[in-house]
Amino acid sequence: MSSTSTSVPLLSTPDLSHTWKRATDEPDWVRRSLITIALVFLGLFLVLPLAVVLYSAFEQGLGVWYAAITEPDAAASIRLTLLVVVFVVPINVIFGVAVAWAITKFEFPGKPLLLAIIDMPFAISPVVVGLIFVILFGSQGWLGNWLSAHDMRIIFAVPGIIIVIAFGTLPFVARELIPLMQQQGKQEEEASLTLGASGWKTFWYVTLPNIKWGLIYGVILCNARAMGEFGAVAIVSGRIRGETNTMPLHIEVLYNEYMFTAAFAVSSILTGLALVTIAIKSTVEWFESRHNAE
Amino acid sequence: MSIRIHQINKRFKDFVAVDNVTLELPEGELTALLGPSGSGKTTLLRIIAGLEQPDSGRIEFYGEDATHQHVSDRGVGFVFQHYALFKHMTVYENVAYGLTVKPRRFRPSKDEIRKKVMRLLELVQLDWTAHRYPSQLSGGQRQRIALARALAVEPKVLLLDEPFGALDAKVRAELRRWLRRLHDEIHVTSVFVTHDQEEALEVSDRVVVMNQGRVEQEGTPEEVYDHPANPFVYQFLGNVNRFHTHIESGHARIGNLSIPAPELTDVDQKSGLTYIRPHDFEVLAEKSAENAIHAVIETVLVVGPTVRLELRTDSADELIHVELPKHRFRELGLLQGDDAWLKPLNSRIFLASA
Repeated sequence: MSSTSTSVPLLSTPDLSHTWKRATDEPDWVRRSLITIALVFLGLFLVLPLAVVLYSAFEQGLGVWYAAITEPDAAASIRLTLLVVVFVVPINVIFGVAVAWAITKFEFPGKPLLLAIIDMPFAISPVVVGLIFVILFGSQGWLGNWLSAHDMRIIFAVPGIIIVIAFGTLPFVARELIPLMQQQGKQEEEASLTLGASGWKTFWYVTLPNIKWGLIYGVILCNARAMGEFGAVAIVSGRIRGETNTMPLHIEVLYNEYMFTAAFAVSSILTGLALVTIAIKSTVEWFESRHNAE
Repeated sequence: MSIRIHQINKRFKDFVAVDNVTLELPEGELTALLGPSGSGKTTLLRIIAGLEQPDSGRIEFYGEDATHQHVSDRGVGFVFQHYALFKHMTVYENVAYGLTVKPRRFRPSKDEIRKKVMRLLELVQLDWTAHRYPSQLSGGQRQRIALARALAVEPKVLLLDEPFGALDAKVRAELRRWLRRLHDEIHVTSVFVTHDQEEALEVSDRVVVMNQGRVEQEGTPEEVYDHPANPFVYQFLGNVNRFHTHIESGHARIGNLSIPAPELTDVDQKSGLTYIRPHDFEVLAEKSAENAIHAVIETVLVVGPTVRLELRTDSADELIHVELPKHRFRELGLLQGDDAWLKPLNSRIFLASA
């Protein structure tokens, strides 16, 4: 999960460390080339694109940028994306905690299978995920007749978008929590139960505080991915402008229509949200490492 | 009788953890469940607590059937080997936990909780740690806090699972004497699990020796130590020398040594095993007694105030282990390689199982 760097204490006799190379040190040129490669790649593939996005977005001034993001269709895509997140994150929190709890605290048949298939949403291509749900819920699909009989729309509507994004981000919370809860065991919960606490109070006062940081971390990853999901949404949303286009989809539409400034303006919002997520994630990691060091 | 365990059975897949155990735990006493690992003692303790469900059998608390009662309703105090303190709570919050999670109707007022927690912290002599976190305490201190936390709910029975298992030898010895004194003060019915026979004999009022899911023997520490019911108990409670023996009408023969065995007068021409503890030999430098085994001292080990000898007899391939006080060994003036004669002072003969 989080990589904690250990600081090597300085040698008390600096003269020696200069004259005698430590046995575990790499040769100078190896170190330098590795650092250079890492920095060049980071600059080329991360920093530069980020700078391009921000530069292009604000190239024609703040006024144009503001007009681009308040344009009705763009604003609708931003609202839709945030709405999806509001649904998807709680769904994944409930699912993730339930799965992690079941896997780490109970013995039941099919447990190894559950552990194996929990990663499936990561393994399947998002386009295939979209198609699966179209086949299930589409008007020609298995449940299509029943749905239209009850006047319900899933495909080419917001529920479909929420379903495919929830599916695609399903493993995030569970994957964070399972190793954490496995490592913690169930003794504290057992102690709580013997002290007369109900199962719910045990979860609330003992389990939740213990998994708090892992849970927040999982939510952040889930949130970041939910906002950026493209492939599966492109299939099930029907790409109705101002209605079923999330931000990534809307950006693509603008791009295809040669509206580069507008495309980059909306991109800058998505990128900004991602940067905020990374900032929160780093803060959480910092808190977590401090918490663990206690 | 406060707690009755009636024909409890528990298996994990193919492994029989508890095999038809029936026990009664006397009120106000400290009972030790003693046995090697895998003997089912911890499983039995967890069944009493309600942390495991038995496959069959009954658990009664003060005459009431508790077999299907949920852990949180049983009113047991449980102390875990690795403390299981709530890491994110202060010592005070840990001890107060059992009281603060009570349903509002039964919950004492904040002030009462505070008084009670502080009284318990004084009882375990750690009132000065109230605002610390468990990670800031030593192992021995954590275990005392865990005990205070378990006592806060005024349990009907206090269950301790290898409570000193994770501590180093010195803290362990201190803490078990402390537990003994504490129990003399508060007299809560207690059961503790241990694989350490010394701990069981020192701390408890009663010892239940378990092996392979069954109860081998129960009694006071003295009864169990002095009159082991079978070879397993004999071997488990301390070191022991084992001799192949031939039994002839009331006498046990080990080589040319003859030990009177009045309890076996009606047994004749059978083989058996004689058990003699290392400190149950008298070591002689000369052949001054009739009934003594000749042996040569192979190793001399001085361990604090005692001397451990390894001697080889004329016939046996196995070494005999003998323990005697250092001053006694000095008086004998024996050295490695010297001849010595061993006179058994106390022995126990078991017939070979058919």
